[in-house]
Amino acid sequence: MSYQRNEVLVHTEEEQLYKENILDYYKHPRNREQLSHPTIKHRELNPLCGDDITVYLEIKGNKISKATFTGSGCAISQAAISMLTEKIVGKTVDEVKKITKEEITKMLGIDISPGRIKCALLCLKTTMKGIQQYEQEK
Amino acid sequence: MSQEKKYKMDIEKIKSDFPILQRKVHGKRLVYLDNASTTQKPKQVLQAMHDFYVYSNSNVHRGANTLSDEATFAYEEAHKTVAKFVNAYSWKEVIFTKNTTEAMNLIAYSYGMSFLKPGDEIILSEMEHHSSLVPWQQIAKKVGAVVKFIPLLEDGTLDMKAYKKLCSKKTKVVCVIHASNSLGTLNDVKTIAKLAHEQGAICIVDGAQSVPHMKVDFQDINADFLVFSGHKMLGPTGIGVLVGRENLLEQMPPFLFGGAMISEVTYEDSSWNELPWKFEAGTPPIAEAIGLKSAIDYLNNVGMDMIQEQEHVLTKYAHKVLSKIKGIHLYGPDTSKKLGVISFTITGIHPHDVSTILDRHGVMIRGGHHCNMPLMRKLNVAGTSRASFYLYNTKEDIDILKEAILDAIKVFR
Repeated sequence: MSYQRNEVLVHTEEEQLYKENILDYYKHPRNREQLSHPTIKHRELNPLCGDDITVYLEIKGNKISKATFTGSGCAISQAAISMLTEKIVGKTVDEVKKITKEEITKMLGIDISPGRIKCALLCLKTTMKGIQQYEQEK
Repeated sequence: MSQEKKYKMDIEKIKSDFPILQRKVHGKRLVYLDNASTTQKPKQVLQAMHDFYVYSNSNVHRGANTLSDEATFAYEEAHKTVAKFVNAYSWKEVIFTKNTTEAMNLIAYSYGMSFLKPGDEIILSEMEHHSSLVPWQQIAKKVGAVVKFIPLLEDGTLDMKAYKKLCSKKTKVVCVIHASNSLGTLNDVKTIAKLAHEQGAICIVDGAQSVPHMKVDFQDINADFLVFSGHKMLGPTGIGVLVGRENLLEQMPPFLFGGAMISEVTYEDSSWNELPWKFEAGTPPIAEAIGLKSAIDYLNNVGMDMIQEQEHVLTKYAHKVLSKIKGIHLYGPDTSKKLGVISFTITGIHPHDVSTILDRHGVMIRGGHHCNMPLMRKLNVAGTSRASFYLYNTKEDIDILKEAILDAIKVFR
């Protein structure tokens, strides 16, 4: 993935770095619960920083009917997975597989420094690997 | 001239030796508080390395030409400077490695694989850095040895009573960090070595966080091995040090094979060079050794006692200032039992978010598990934020740190 360091945004205030919606998702996470009978359950970690995400997906007729998560970590990683679970409900598995890293950074709406990009993308990695395993086992 | 004034003047002079401290980050003055990770380099060190490459660059021990002679002389002088700095018995006991981790692997592979047997016991502390924990854990698996851990007390110091109980005739290796990289705790390695020796075990001291910050005397500690890194003591990356007792180093097989470490080679077999070269295979870090020598000269010039005292004053000040912040939790022992490391968490804010917001204030700290994952689990945290000091830090740096933390709390409120 090409990451362009945006010097203008890097110099903005921290309030903008942690935009209100990210802080809101961090403090009041949506879909933060376990599913009792998920079609897909998958966990991924960022070993260096300790971000920890488990995603639960329920698939009905090749569409994501429910998406939830549990986990712990920084505001960016936890807000990102919360937003992503909202974003993918109703989409087909193939549509979810097409989600790009750029779409995740756009979804977050903030400029992410190279050191934090792994936090932002752990949600996508967890979801993609979960789907991959599900398709292999199918 | 008052003591206070003299102290301040020295700091200003010291700061002016570090070009990087002039730079700004996000428009703010750089406040570098990540010295337990790596330290900044004074212009004297940079100049020494520059001069070597510009005037004398050549390989060592490859005579006979003027450049190689100069490089060899400088490289051997670096060993002698290190030996004197930590009071080794002889400079032949000083081996240059890539870093502390490689020095520890050298001991674990060479000594551990040769002398440990199934059922033998290796004692580590619960606050070991991964650089000791992982090599010994893995070598133990290979040879069938058992790893035991000296537990931590509530106050972040080691439980020495428990250590005494762990020591037995089965104990063959004791490996302990001198100063904890995540808590700052200064361990009584002299007593630890004494008890290890009473059981016939060897004692290894990880000095990565102590040697840069205080006078460490290898003979006085009376350990068998001492390891540390150049880059945490104003020197360059790419050079670490293993100091070991000559009789043990003589018995141990080489860790890496290749050029420079041999005495004679035939197609069938090889014999080994004398110490320290037996453990320095291939072209060594020559410019880095010269940089490290210059770093030690710099530290000696300021004085290790002075450095330790200054850092102690700063650590006490930081404790006083930070402990007043609502929602902060400080880890580790009382300032009288530790070096200049402050580990903390803030309720409701992940350490990486703390780092990111502090960064916007020009304040560089470390957030995370500090290569101490089992210790973090024991403290029941994902990680901590860590500020660590060195001789160029000031009380003003800590005031800026405090303001930045207050801002982080404001953002997440």
